[in-house]
Amino acid sequence: MANGAATNGRPVPSARTSELVRFATAGSVDDGKSTLIGRLLYDTKSIFEDQLEHVEETSKRRGDGYVNLALLTDGLRAEREQGITIDVAYRYFHTPRRKFIIADTPGHEQYTRNMVTGASTADLALILVDARKGVLEQSRRHAFIASLLRIPHLVVCINKMDLVDYDQEVFDSIAAEFSGWAAKLDVHDLTFIPISALRGDNVVARSERMGWYEGPSLLYHLEHVHVASDRNLQDARFPVQWVVRPMSDEHHDYRGYAGEVASGVFRSGDEVVIMPSGRTSTIAAIDTFDGELEEAYPPLSVTVRLEDDIDVSRGDMICRPHNQPRETRQIDAMVCWMAERPLSVSGRYRIKHTSRTALAKVDQLRYALDVNTLHRDEKATSLELNEIGRLSLRLSAPLLVDEYRRNRVTGSFILIDESTNDTVGAGMVLDSDRGLAPPGPR
Amino acid sequence: MRASRVTATAPAPEPRILAADAMSYEVSHLRALESEAIHIMREVAAEVERGVLLFSGGKDSAVLLHLARKAFHPGGLPFPVMHVDTGHNFPEVIEYRDRIVDETGAQLIVAHVQDSIDNGRVTEEKGPRASRNRLQSVTLLDAIEEGSFRGVFGGARRDEERARAKERIFSFRDDFGQWDPKRQRPELWSIYNGFVKPGEHVRVFPLSNWTELDVWQYIHEEKIVLPSIYFSHRRDVFKRDGMLYAVSDFVERMPNEAPFEESVRFRTVGDMSCTGAVASTAKTLEAVVAEIAATRVTERGETRADDRVSEAAMEDRKKEGYF
Repeated sequence: MANGAATNGRPVPSARTSELVRFATAGSVDDGKSTLIGRLLYDTKSIFEDQLEHVEETSKRRGDGYVNLALLTDGLRAEREQGITIDVAYRYFHTPRRKFIIADTPGHEQYTRNMVTGASTADLALILVDARKGVLEQSRRHAFIASLLRIPHLVVCINKMDLVDYDQEVFDSIAAEFSGWAAKLDVHDLTFIPISALRGDNVVARSERMGWYEGPSLLYHLEHVHVASDRNLQDARFPVQWVVRPMSDEHHDYRGYAGEVASGVFRSGDEVVIMPSGRTSTIAAIDTFDGELEEAYPPLSVTVRLEDDIDVSRGDMICRPHNQPRETRQIDAMVCWMAERPLSVSGRYRIKHTSRTALAKVDQLRYALDVNTLHRDEKATSLELNEIGRLSLRLSAPLLVDEYRRNRVTGSFILIDESTNDTVGAGMVLDSDRGLAPPGPR
Repeated sequence: MRASRVTATAPAPEPRILAADAMSYEVSHLRALESEAIHIMREVAAEVERGVLLFSGGKDSAVLLHLARKAFHPGGLPFPVMHVDTGHNFPEVIEYRDRIVDETGAQLIVAHVQDSIDNGRVTEEKGPRASRNRLQSVTLLDAIEEGSFRGVFGGARRDEERARAKERIFSFRDDFGQWDPKRQRPELWSIYNGFVKPGEHVRVFPLSNWTELDVWQYIHEEKIVLPSIYFSHRRDVFKRDGMLYAVSDFVERMPNEAPFEESVRFRTVGDMSCTGAVASTAKTLEAVVAEIAATRVTERGETRADDRVSEAAMEDRKKEGYF
């Protein structure tokens, strides 16, 4: 198959050059988010006939009066019956340039947890604003979560432009208001696009009904936004996941350290330090099933061999001698609480960070953050489900951390309830030197 | 990613430099997906007490096995491979299974649905539409319990079906093997929670983020060997509910279901009682990939009777412990 060739109208991504881009969508049921996703899937020919027939039948049965593209993204029976979305759903589509993974998250207040989940892996956040309603509390909340999770690119789709006569003034004033809010956050790349998901204006192709808008369509933007440079290629971090020791006749003395490059670039011949032991060595080779690589960079999964026979095990991290993570038994972090049972201050949790697991005791809840106003409640005594706060944690064993804003892999962790094994918290490490400044608002 | 059909214990191929990649540090979508899957497999091997890889002989499990070999190379697989055998298999698939597993040097466990029938755990369905598809869940859960497996790899993808779109990569199963969509563990970044208590397990889906086209492109790029039934061949078939079924001893034909010969290939591989064929002349991987890229019907919609039972057929079976 030719690279990038179109086959019967359905474009095929090139096997070798097409990039993977993950984005999270946020918006409430009424913003037209499901319609927009349905539109993207439909117009990129990612919808199959049997799926479309199913939607047509269901639309008819429900008496929608039109083919309701929003139904394409309905998942579970409970959701279809109640007309709600209860969890993060993942959707896929591609163009010849890129393959996209959409983390589709519900926008209601009680589902901050889901947006945080979807945002954690996203390269880009797509926020929907209803042109008739303007910037709502929840739009601000979505922007804040996107900035807290350090999503590098933020796209605000001002939807339902057809219902405001495609009026430029409506668009401009919403964009200005949103920009004002974003200025308080840590947002670096902010794009506004006026669309009508229902009619398809500016979704896949530029609309003729908004001649005043000179920017790209949403799909064009998604296809061209530069994500490769979002990776941290400076700080070499290689958390060891697994030690490869075949002990077979052919590979009797083989000892390799398998993992996924978290950040930075590793080359054969590089001088490295193994944390936390502090022992130094040199990279003898970077192995894969398909042969040796000269270099490894994120997010490649490889196996590193060292020149020296030193003790390295899971949970260790291979770094460069002059650029090391912080080795610490004490971290401050922004934590989103994800469980029904509230955070217990002075409670004990399991903490999982890269390939290390330890125990964490909550020393202090410094404050709870109101995600709508950014107000810090320093008198807060607990975090409930969907609340975000700043915690000080004491650890049973040292972790090798970087500040989350610098490194999304070595700066993130989860908290696990020891009795239920549930994942109860998602944490983002703050720089200990930055005092009390939270990562989002400046 | 180059062609690689060497076995896990064979010497590593010649070193090579990926000049284009090294210049710009670009990573193609297939390589990113591969890397994610390998990362997931290593996490399970390191953190979950006993792992097992479910292998049906279908294309997704072929990719899964290939990725497992890559993940632990030059070591062998640190977990066995398990096939839940309905007894209603395509003979080509069983031959393939034995050959590939043998080549990999992995340990193969076969759990037989027939055993579950014989010892009264399940009752065989009767009539022309009888299938052992649903019975598999019981055999699978019994085998997981018997082996005390805590991490069970499956080849399921989120693009396959609506219920799957909401499932985690590490999907928690309670003591009854059940999936509760409302009580899933949040899954953030690439940090996975595989902690379970005795009797519970996690299903792990390293191909969650792959689409059918990704799988085929990867098979093509990596030259992964598949069972012959994925390629066009002449076969005696009959038509039922708009699908073509292979004529076999396992399916009772109704009076109006006259057999005829057709050029077909299979798009998915389940057992003979519930897997439909598509008319096709695609004899090579290139031709199959081109057909898949052009197709307008989902693979499950086109070829799986088991998903047509009701609107929430998959959701219901998943809750019972299905793959």
